[in-house]
Amino acid sequence: MRQGLLAAVISALLMALGVGVWHLATLPKGGAAGGDSEYAKLVGAQKSAFPTPADVGQKLAGHLRDPFYDRGPNDKGIGVQLAYSIGRVLLGFGLAGALAVPLGFLIGMSPVVYRALDPFIQVLKPISPLAWMPLALFTLKDSNVSAVFVIFVCSIWPMLINTAFGVASVRRDWLNVARTLEVSPLRKAFAVVLPAAAPTIMTGMRISIGIAWLVIVAAEMLVGGTGIGYFVWNEWNNLSIANILSGILAIGLVGMLLDFLFARLQKAVTYVE
Amino acid sequence: MSRFGCNCGRHQSQGEHDVEAHAVEEALLRATVRRELLSLIGRSAALAALASVFPLSAAKEAFAQSAKPEKTRLKVGFIPITCATPIIMAQPMGFYARHGLDVEVVKTAGWAVIRDKTLNKEYDAAHMLSPMPLAITLGVGANAVPYTMPAVENINGQAITLAVKHKDKRDPKSWKGFKFAVPFDYSMHNYLLRYYVAEHGLDPDRDIQIRAVPPPEMVANLRADNIDGFLAPDPVNQRAVYDGVGFIHVLSKEIWDGHPCCAFAASKEFVTTMPNTYQALLKAIIDATAYARKVENRKEIAAAIAPANYLNQPVTVVEQVLTGTFADGLGNVRKVPDRIDFDPFPWHSFAVWILTQMKRWGQLKGDVDYQKVAREVFLATDASRLMAEVGLTPPKSTYKSFSVMGRAFDPMKPKEYVDSFSIKRA
Repeated sequence: MRQGLLAAVISALLMALGVGVWHLATLPKGGAAGGDSEYAKLVGAQKSAFPTPADVGQKLAGHLRDPFYDRGPNDKGIGVQLAYSIGRVLLGFGLAGALAVPLGFLIGMSPVVYRALDPFIQVLKPISPLAWMPLALFTLKDSNVSAVFVIFVCSIWPMLINTAFGVASVRRDWLNVARTLEVSPLRKAFAVVLPAAAPTIMTGMRISIGIAWLVIVAAEMLVGGTGIGYFVWNEWNNLSIANILSGILAIGLVGMLLDFLFARLQKAVTYVE
Repeated sequence: MSRFGCNCGRHQSQGEHDVEAHAVEEALLRATVRRELLSLIGRSAALAALASVFPLSAAKEAFAQSAKPEKTRLKVGFIPITCATPIIMAQPMGFYARHGLDVEVVKTAGWAVIRDKTLNKEYDAAHMLSPMPLAITLGVGANAVPYTMPAVENINGQAITLAVKHKDKRDPKSWKGFKFAVPFDYSMHNYLLRYYVAEHGLDPDRDIQIRAVPPPEMVANLRADNIDGFLAPDPVNQRAVYDGVGFIHVLSKEIWDGHPCCAFAASKEFVTTMPNTYQALLKAIIDATAYARKVENRKEIAAAIAPANYLNQPVTVVEQVLTGTFADGLGNVRKVPDRIDFDPFPWHSFAVWILTQMKRWGQLKGDVDYQKVAREVFLATDASRLMAEVGLTPPKSTYKSFSVMGRAFDPMKPKEYVDSFSIKRA
């Protein structure tokens, strides 16, 4: 308990130190060049220099006060944008799970299938999901579907590999017990293998959702339209660092939340031998 | 335009009546007369021949009763730059609504994306660079899809901006090894930059590096020292000045006064399957262009298109671009009222010039029938009719000669023009 308290105090101090350094480093430098006043009016005076913590706080408060506004197709609140991104991630992730878990089961159960599919997995796994984007746009002919496809592609591998590994490493004793009791194959899969492999499968899912969240931001910056990635891109366009930082913070918080959720699920299926 | 109805009394204006009548003619011509024949004997002759065997006026009457746009909810894509002014402003300022359309204008991340989204029919029509419909039709850098460009958006309105550290390198001869950005390979920007440096004796492929960067990302790249300069659409140039990272070396107007830049483009399929929608959309955009042409409206337009939903830029930056009173980044306030101007007419001679540059830089291989491509993609007939309806004066001919940096261009002799350059890839 005392350790927890100490850690919290250190965290708070680090945070204060970081913000303090940031604040000092970005204090406006006094004595802006006067010169021709007509000219000075036409150029921004330090406006897009790096913002102070107070600037960012102010922007962030503004975004949080009204997170769900909708002023036309290209200007929506940060909450709406996050909802779009989370929706895409969950859809792509869900589809990937629906394919990866059964396929992983098959691979894990059968060494032959494992060997047959291994070369494909090894080649496809390291491809950056964003490299698929132009191909997806060309063949799927829809930018939304393409974004979901990219999420699908990036989240499938950790789940597939972890499921296969988890299924393959179920203890032989348990399988032998199932065999001596003459359990049907289906029942064996659901009553013995699945619970035994569940923690490993959940680990795969947790890795996948993390990657999916990383990728969606980049994908949305690429195709635009909606989503938190588009929000960041749109503010980059406007060179508004304060807004970009707000977006970054939101991305971090949602990512943490997703990870936390899957950590909880993982804990729920973990067993002690 | 008359406010008291048309000849037949079923329309609010003679203009609307004419639009429908024309659509009927157009549809009939398409259905019955081969394109080659049409271009050979001309539109009016073909119509006269048709009228002798087909009750054309009766068809127009019948058609008039159901000539509402086939589709009123449309999506039009745009890139957040001032070239798209008419397409963008038509939304907040009500030009689309006035012509019976409910248009959603959607901001898009780059030219390749806008091309793909339009080809995929996510967008009904889009803001494109004027060389793009030509390139798409010819299948250069994309699958060949018959494309059309019914209207030019803006003329002039681009500039070469250099990083502040190059303040003393105003002579292009000292640019060897520079890295430049242009918005897209098939852009006026690319062709104008290549033309400009080549006229100063630099080979754009060997002496400098040119890369495609989406306009919104250019200032960030200039600040990060990734590039030495760019030939870019506004407000990018003005934004670089506003942020103190660059200065305006030369306006594109000073390279070729009156050059086209961006365009309103749609697939041939859209134009033919939804003629009424297409006519209404084109008219709304030409109407907006006519409004943007007037200098006194420019401040109002700047305020309408600067918010986050559209350009997402400080109002003063957009205003400096549209009014032509701007800071040049070197401490001077310049006043160039026609820094950007708006003129919808899709001159066929523009298309021919663009094709000569595609040829010159090796983007286009083999022989090209310059005039034929120009006629098929740049839909001058529709534009001139609708221009007259909104109070602009369309030109009589679709060809005009002009000169670029003092070198005369004769649109009737494209081949000779390409051959006359010493620096070329063709």
